[in-house]
Amino acid sequence: MNEILSVDDLVVEYNRDGTKVRAVAGVDLRLEKGEILGLVGESGCGKSTLGKAIVGILGAAEGEVIFDGLPVKKLTRGKRPEHFRNLQMVFQDPYGSLNPRRKIGAQVIDGLVIGGMHRSKALARAQELLATVGLPADALGRFPHQFSGGQRQRIAIARALAASASVLIADEPISALDTSSQAQVSNLLVNLVHELSVGMVFISHDLSIVRRISDRVAVMYLGKIVETGTVEQIWESPAHPYTKALIAAIPHADGRSSMPADLPGDVPNPMSPPSGCRFHPRCPLAMPECAVVEPEFVTLADNRQVACHLQKAGQEPVSLELIPRVPAS
Amino acid sequence: MILSPNTRKTLKALETPTEKKGKGSTNSIWRQPLAIVGLTIIGVWVFVAVFAPWVAPYDPYSQEFDKFIPPSAEHWMGTDELNRDILSRVIYGARISLPYSILLVVLSTIIGTIVGGVSGFFGGRVDATLMRITDMFFAFPGIILAMAVAAALGPEIRNAVIAITIVAWPVYARLVRGLILNSKSSDYVTASSLLGSSSIRTLFVDLRPNISGPVFVLMALEVGTALLLLSGLSFLGLGATPPSAEWGAMVSMGAVNFDRWWVGLFPGIAILTAVLAFNFIGDTLRDALDPRTAKALRD
Amino acid sequence: MTLLNVSDLTVTLATSTGDADAVRNLSFSLDRGEILGIAGESGSGKTMTALSIMGLLPYKGKASGSINFDGKEVLGSSKKKYQHMRGKEISMIFQDPMTSLHPMLTVQTQLTEHMRYHDKMSKSAARESALKLLDTVKIPDPASALRAHPSQFSGGMRQRIAIAMALACEPKLLIADEPTTALDVTVQAGILRLLHQIRDERNLSIMIITHDLGVLSSLTDKILIMYAGSEVESGPARELLSNPRHPYSQGLIAALPGASREGKFLTSIDGMPPELGNFPSGCAFHPRCGFAEDRCSVPPIDATVVSKGHRIYCPVNPFAHDRVEQS
Repeated sequence: MNEILSVDDLVVEYNRDGTKVRAVAGVDLRLEKGEILGLVGESGCGKSTLGKAIVGILGAAEGEVIFDGLPVKKLTRGKRPEHFRNLQMVFQDPYGSLNPRRKIGAQVIDGLVIGGMHRSKALARAQELLATVGLPADALGRFPHQFSGGQRQRIAIARALAASASVLIADEPISALDTSSQAQVSNLLVNLVHELSVGMVFISHDLSIVRRISDRVAVMYLGKIVETGTVEQIWESPAHPYTKALIAAIPHADGRSSMPADLPGDVPNPMSPPSGCRFHPRCPLAMPECAVVEPEFVTLADNRQVACHLQKAGQEPVSLELIPRVPAS
Repeated sequence: MILSPNTRKTLKALETPTEKKGKGSTNSIWRQPLAIVGLTIIGVWVFVAVFAPWVAPYDPYSQEFDKFIPPSAEHWMGTDELNRDILSRVIYGARISLPYSILLVVLSTIIGTIVGGVSGFFGGRVDATLMRITDMFFAFPGIILAMAVAAALGPEIRNAVIAITIVAWPVYARLVRGLILNSKSSDYVTASSLLGSSSIRTLFVDLRPNISGPVFVLMALEVGTALLLLSGLSFLGLGATPPSAEWGAMVSMGAVNFDRWWVGLFPGIAILTAVLAFNFIGDTLRDALDPRTAKALRD
Repeated sequence: MTLLNVSDLTVTLATSTGDADAVRNLSFSLDRGEILGIAGESGSGKTMTALSIMGLLPYKGKASGSINFDGKEVLGSSKKKYQHMRGKEISMIFQDPMTSLHPMLTVQTQLTEHMRYHDKMSKSAARESALKLLDTVKIPDPASALRAHPSQFSGGMRQRIAIAMALACEPKLLIADEPTTALDVTVQAGILRLLHQIRDERNLSIMIITHDLGVLSSLTDKILIMYAGSEVESGPARELLSNPRHPYSQGLIAALPGASREGKFLTSIDGMPPELGNFPSGCAFHPRCGFAEDRCSVPPIDATVVSKGHRIYCPVNPFAHDRVEQS
């Protein structure tokens, strides 16, 4: 089986003024080795929370995450079990993910030393890894503040590789970088996925980059995944109205001056989500049953998954040609 | 790790690291004027304290001179009410004030770090309980509490040190706890946990380097305070006992004999210079630690 | 009809290493009802250009050249003159509505503040105006919105309120500095549509500063691309984006993730933009340019006309197919 990560019915809650809020309200996901799964959604959809729960930083209230055959548990005070050290995370902030007071070399070899490797052997290995991410060997003895944001992200990636990561959860890894660094780090990640058959969940709000590098994409809205499919399926024939709205809202720099489509309304408060389908108040295709019954997350004939009353399990996807691009004039 | 030719080609396009200016060796920090002054003064006092028997012109306890001689060629700082040479006593005073102040700070740091460390590390009820205890100690006006303890234990320099340690440790606890809480939520601590580090390892490997710097700064700044408190207790008769040549006790005598201005002035200047010197060092350390000012200092 | 004419604008800032020019001999114009987009990476000088028009340069910043607004020279105006101008003639909105709106004052106070200062309106007249403004920017339930505080709104809503504030005294020019960079893509679409609609309804001129070429494509009539304080290319939006002629503009457009469907590897322009005070001589882009020749490092770099309204500052002009005129 090529599947290395699976998420089933995952629920993550937090406490807000005494009420329990579901940041992730029941999510299913699959990831295969050597695959890049883009996880997209707008502010407040819960994608970062989902990423943290997959890795174990946050605990699950319901459901489970299976990594390489074993269920993931929340991090404790003790050592994280060896099996799970291959499940690593790349963080958004390149300035917070490295300890400012420790040398780069020491930080990169952390995973190896904890695993019992001798320090000198580990440093040799660190040198190899730094070369893999495009940094020179003398970086080992330097401190994080001597590097740019893009370089620090590469160091963080090297650190994850040192732990022999087989799955990387990348939480907005390039959002905080300048454009050239974005391209470099993105290319590095793509390379590693292909060379090492690492599986990667690429969490991002930047749909254009997700489109370029992902194999499959999962779209989140208000704590639930509304659709997953291949990049072509999602972009060319979205099956969920929110996906379609999201893609229609992307402005294109093609000089044709077409205005991106608007999605009126605001994301509801996660403390009190709408009844039935969470998207129904803003959905241009909402039917009466959408306000009452929450749609199930089903698999369609072309192997993608969607939660919408317009789409029926096992059937071919119904086309949603209803939100056209409006030329500006 | 074998990489395909394609990967190598792509990686060639990755830029070579742009080296930021200044590697930040600590040497250049110490070239700051305040630091030099501070270190020099402390250096002089340490020298004086160590070589007191050779530096001091007379025996500090000898009472063979006349009473209250003003500063003159034979007695640069004059003599006191018990016919002793003040200069010699000031010199020997360094042997009491300096080591005891430093001892005091070290003890406070140890206690404070343990309390603050446990508090910040475990959080929850442990944290709440320890912090309430710390607050109680904070609430008491320091000098009053010190006086009470010293009076209860009896006037002796050793008891004064105990008394002041009891008063001084909370500020370290607060600092260490704050630093730990701050760092605990950083991504790099999370990353360490993901790599398999236990919390204890994280504490010593990841958190300690972030804590030690600010703690040392606080220690340097607190030596001055400790010295003043120690001198204050001695001034009140609760610290060093006669005939010890302790600066605070000497100032006390000077206060009683105000018209003999030299009796209190010189020990007072000694206290002043030592406290200032430690403050200068502490300030420089703090500027060196703050990354923004450190860069300004280096350039 | 020309509303804004900027000529030879140079903005000098005081840095720790001495004075440095953030904007160098910049010239452009903006007509009534026209939307101009100023694009460039961080450090290109685009924000300083906007601030110099508003008279909001940082401490010890100096501007020289000419800024002619509505027939009058405004560069070098007194503080009082600028105060009269801001909000009434020219308004500005910023990237982060979290920090550009006062968290402690109600929406009503913030909206009516300008009206009462500039137009001397009474409290009730101002309130009526405010309600209409909130309606224009499509805030639901304007009456209760007036009583609320900014923190009770989402990012997109706050930006709409900021736009309403900017429109309160009916300015002729609205300057928007990265207004949608911090917003989600669907929220951004709404704001772009709103700006477009406001321009149509009020014949408002808009100067939008952004690095996002997609935003420029959707919204602007003409685009000015800046690099290291100078213009590298300008022209009608449609023309410039479909036919970029300066190597830098080409690089920017080619580097867009959406530019190519081929493969997963992104390209980017090699190297980094220069730092303030360290701009290369002549064409500042020449160290990173694949087409650079010796003459590129020799000032002055003159404009080359590509077509009507479309010009570049590139002595090499590598993509010229037809004979071009040196202007």
